[in-house]
Amino acid sequence: MNIYVLLKKTFDTEEKINLHDGRIDDDGAEFIINPYDEYAVEEAIKQRDEHGGEVIVVTIGDEDSEKQLRTALAMGADKAVLINTEEDLEDGDQYTTAKILEAYFEDKEVDLILAGNVAIDEASGQVGPRLAEALGIPYVTTITNLTIDGEDVSIEKDVEGDVERIETTLPLLVTCQQGLNEPRYPSLPGIMKAKKKPLEELELDDLDLDEDDVEPKTKTIEVFLPPAKEAGRVLEGDVQDQVKELVSLLKNEKKVL
Amino acid sequence: MSKLLVIAEGRDGALRNVSFEAIAAAKKIKSDAEIVGVVLGKDDLEDKANELIYHGADRVVTIAHEKLQNYTSEGYGQAVLAIVNDESPDGIVMGHTSIGKDLTPKLAAKLDTGLVSDVVDIEVNGDRVEYTRPIYSGKAFEKKIITDGLTFVTIRPNNIPILDRDESRSGDITTKEVDVADIRTIVKDVVRKASKGVDLSEARVVVAGGRGVKSADGFKPLYELAEVLGGAVGASRGACDAEYCDYSLQIGQTGKVVTPDLYIAVGISGAIQHLAGMSNSKVIVAINKDPEANIFNIADYGIIGDLFEVIPLLIEEIKAVTVEA
Repeated sequence: MNIYVLLKKTFDTEEKINLHDGRIDDDGAEFIINPYDEYAVEEAIKQRDEHGGEVIVVTIGDEDSEKQLRTALAMGADKAVLINTEEDLEDGDQYTTAKILEAYFEDKEVDLILAGNVAIDEASGQVGPRLAEALGIPYVTTITNLTIDGEDVSIEKDVEGDVERIETTLPLLVTCQQGLNEPRYPSLPGIMKAKKKPLEELELDDLDLDEDDVEPKTKTIEVFLPPAKEAGRVLEGDVQDQVKELVSLLKNEKKVL
Repeated sequence: MSKLLVIAEGRDGALRNVSFEAIAAAKKIKSDAEIVGVVLGKDDLEDKANELIYHGADRVVTIAHEKLQNYTSEGYGQAVLAIVNDESPDGIVMGHTSIGKDLTPKLAAKLDTGLVSDVVDIEVNGDRVEYTRPIYSGKAFEKKIITDGLTFVTIRPNNIPILDRDESRSGDITTKEVDVADIRTIVKDVVRKASKGVDLSEARVVVAGGRGVKSADGFKPLYELAEVLGGAVGASRGACDAEYCDYSLQIGQTGKVVTPDLYIAVGISGAIQHLAGMSNSKVIVAINKDPEANIFNIADYGIIGDLFEVIPLLIEEIKAVTVEA
């Protein structure tokens, strides 16, 4: 099977967000594989181990994205592709990303594409379904179980806490939800091997795209931080009194009861 | 005059509130636009169509088809595209729900247009419509504008107030025949796991437990409290990792982001990852044994104490107060 994973690097979830010149300040920030994409990498490896084939991890990013690709290779992916847009693109949106991926996948034989259901930074969740639509293959989002038998695929999908059981066929794109698997940590031999695994670097030119083809349809005009939440009141007195006071505050002062 | 489509969605036989919020959002985008509601399903769509009109839609298009009983991106996609072809709207608004998140990127790709998802506020600044959406799970926000193509947005539940329901409003309801074909993803069945009634992302009150709850059993009083308040139960990543509850309840940067009127954090220390998912709630109450817990730094009210002592008292007191009212 030809299994592809769409991967994005994101800020570590423990990072605080600060602004610098009206943009998110990434100076010194720790980057990780988007946690939902980690499920995708893990699932791709598991499916390959069961059914054979290879796992190719694809990212759009800059030179620094190599680090996350190497991590995915160390987990067990076979090949990595970095579509480096650092020099070509100033801004992009999900339309841009999907167009670039569409061009990349145009001449590929695909059985399965896995992605995270959302990236924890911009959180649009658009790129997977957009790409599937562009490639003319079905997709299922937020999956928590994937069983492949020949061409037939059985899926469990999380729908706001309920589980939908879905049947479909390959080729297919899925986006991964928490609960699908436990992503492995790269092993030391894995990390050593990853250094030698193939990592292909492409630019828009290599995909016969120029900037105009992928011009975004939306634009961010401002980034701001929410007002800092001030510490409120810790209630005092005996527990019974605290509870009474709390309920009275919620009812009379905040009017939320 | 411009025209905006609002795609409604149901749950348990009734329309979800976010469908009405989407109508209000469409009005915010263009106050004089014609709002055309879209209702899809297997049958009995007229009551839902009327509800959309009572909540501000000017008219409604319905499509009833056996294959629209369960949502599939392909079924709904074909139906909505048929309506888009007929109506040539200037924009589309839908809830940022499980269905909205699944369907809208497909439509956006098909229509070769942009999509601003998960919008929490809409402001009109001269000719320009600015959409505010959380990024980094609410650690920051961005304002976006649409520079080309359709106005296509999904809105986060619970953020844009609905218009007053007015039964005297009337409007045309038209039924469209569409042949829904070629569904490649078949929904075999749906296993209900979510707590009845109140959906976590739409709940006005959320009672969330962390590691301090200590066990799956320990969540029982939280469910009781949520029920008394008409709310939903959530959890921190710590509680989910410890298998006290299902991952579908997880609130945080991984998991759900919620913005209820009242958030009660029980036995939750307040890791950054968790705060990202709830710190924009309107009122936050923290109950924790540890006076140093980080959650107290963002809580409006804190009670330092044993949750198993505090919560039963709280349930009693709330019952007493609400009976009075």
